[in-house]
Amino acid sequence: MKSVIAENLVKTYRKGEVKALDGLSLDVEEGTVLSVLGPNGAGKTTTVRILATLLSPDSGHATVGGIDVVKHPDKVREIIGLSGQYAAVDETLTGWDNLVMFGQLYHLGKKASIARADELLERFSLTDSAKRPIKTYSGGMRRRLDLAAAIIVKPKILFLDEPTTGLDPRGRQEMWGVIKELVEGGVTLLLTTQYLEEADHLADEIVVIDHGKVIARGTSDVLKKDVGGERLEVIVEANQLKLASEIITRISGTAAHVDEGMRSVSAPVKNGTKSLMDALREFDDAKLHPLDIGLKRPSLDDVFLALTGHAAEETK
Amino acid sequence: MNAITDALVITKRQLLQLTRVPEVLIFSTIQPVMFVLLFRFVFGGSISTGQPGGYVQLLMPGIFVQTVAFTLAATASGLAEDMGKGLIDRFRSLPISRSAVVVGRTLGDSLLNIVVLTVMGIAGYAVGWRPTGGLLNTALAFLFLLAFGYALSWTGIFAGLAARDARVVQNISFLITFPLTFLSNAFAPTTGMPRVLQYFAEWNPVSTMVAACRELFGLKNQFGATAGSFPSEHPLITSVFYMLLIMAIFVPLSVRKYANKSK
Repeated sequence: MKSVIAENLVKTYRKGEVKALDGLSLDVEEGTVLSVLGPNGAGKTTTVRILATLLSPDSGHATVGGIDVVKHPDKVREIIGLSGQYAAVDETLTGWDNLVMFGQLYHLGKKASIARADELLERFSLTDSAKRPIKTYSGGMRRRLDLAAAIIVKPKILFLDEPTTGLDPRGRQEMWGVIKELVEGGVTLLLTTQYLEEADHLADEIVVIDHGKVIARGTSDVLKKDVGGERLEVIVEANQLKLASEIITRISGTAAHVDEGMRSVSAPVKNGTKSLMDALREFDDAKLHPLDIGLKRPSLDDVFLALTGHAAEETK
Repeated sequence: MNAITDALVITKRQLLQLTRVPEVLIFSTIQPVMFVLLFRFVFGGSISTGQPGGYVQLLMPGIFVQTVAFTLAATASGLAEDMGKGLIDRFRSLPISRSAVVVGRTLGDSLLNIVVLTVMGIAGYAVGWRPTGGLLNTALAFLFLLAFGYALSWTGIFAGLAARDARVVQNISFLITFPLTFLSNAFAPTTGMPRVLQYFAEWNPVSTMVAACRELFGLKNQFGATAGSFPSEHPLITSVFYMLLIMAIFVPLSVRKYANKSK
């Protein structure tokens, strides 16, 4: 069963001048996590806004939980939770105030809203700050509260638009923990991110989008395989780059890639461990002692570079 | 039914905000009280009114109307701020009625007006204002003031939804409400204005409101260019007509703008 289906979504802004979505299609299997990965301006937020009924597509078709988002937005809103790029809560109110208010807007009734607010604050480790205005929260706490507001009525389908953008590493780890817990609870999740590591970490499947279109799709492993197999990489002192490059090229059979800034030399290899041992032997013979040497599977950064010709962080 | 309870949750949120940031309430009351005192003691001595009780009798209805007219700016900037913070998007993603958020805010702003008008009335009384139209008429006048503020806050809703930035919309609102309240009979008789301005000033909804309140507070109105015309004879009915007109235009426009999903 597909929980989310988007077909050929097109959305232009400013009377067609800016094409945010250019025939984007994707789907999410029930109970799984799909990560929509792309740089700024690729169309991630527009996709989420259409699926969450905040925006109408110019053309194309989308269903969430089997319900058409354009024809029956009210019904869609009852089964989704949305947490956007910016924490959309009332900053002058306390965390508790906010959750009770949203609970009431979901028609839980006052008692149930209060009980649910307490429960969520506890679960997201916010009980101590429950009665403080959100203004005083850290970035990570705000995001957690925003996520809590999105899951008040235990939605079956959750949209998270760049849930960790702007968070420090610790905030990101905490957010990931919370998200993983939700997924284990059976929620279907569509998550956008510009962090390749995040997609790799959280998603069952990844779609890579660029300029409003899906340019690749698959599991993290499949995408990596598409880009090529393992690479042998060695880090050496600056004055040893040339010698190292010669050795690696000989072992790989293809010209080694030299990154002078990182002082790294790398090349694709077929039988990984044997190549690694050969390389170690040759380096030892040449009295060259690398700072680091190893086999590397391509990162999702490499995937993006290979698919689009530009790095993922690049903004249009 | 849900539409009403949803709107009330939004209104409650606004009241909660006032308890969390009491400065807002304090300053929105201090400002009109300051106006009362300034006008009463700065101009009060030099404007001869021909009314028993002096300038303050004419002034208070004018300041009441000006204060509720400024609700527009508060509504507009409050909503623009919620838009900017993404809060409106969150509300839009909830299964609530499309009118709840905007109705809730206009109600909240009206509740704030009740507090502000009460404090102003007390301040006015302290400096010599004495309504003589009877209790019922006085109460009616305050009801009309609240209704006028409510109608105007719908123009604020529209402006807030159309704006990109809370500060800009606040400035624009003042650019509209300031001339509108001063090009009227609120602070000085229109009879001293150039004749063309008299027409504008006397048809101005602010003037008809002020004139209506003055009548309800037991004062006699003075009209210049439009003396004998319908608004001068029936300022109350004209004001009600203006309120209904404003709401007939801006309620549907605002609700549509709120639900608009093209952007």
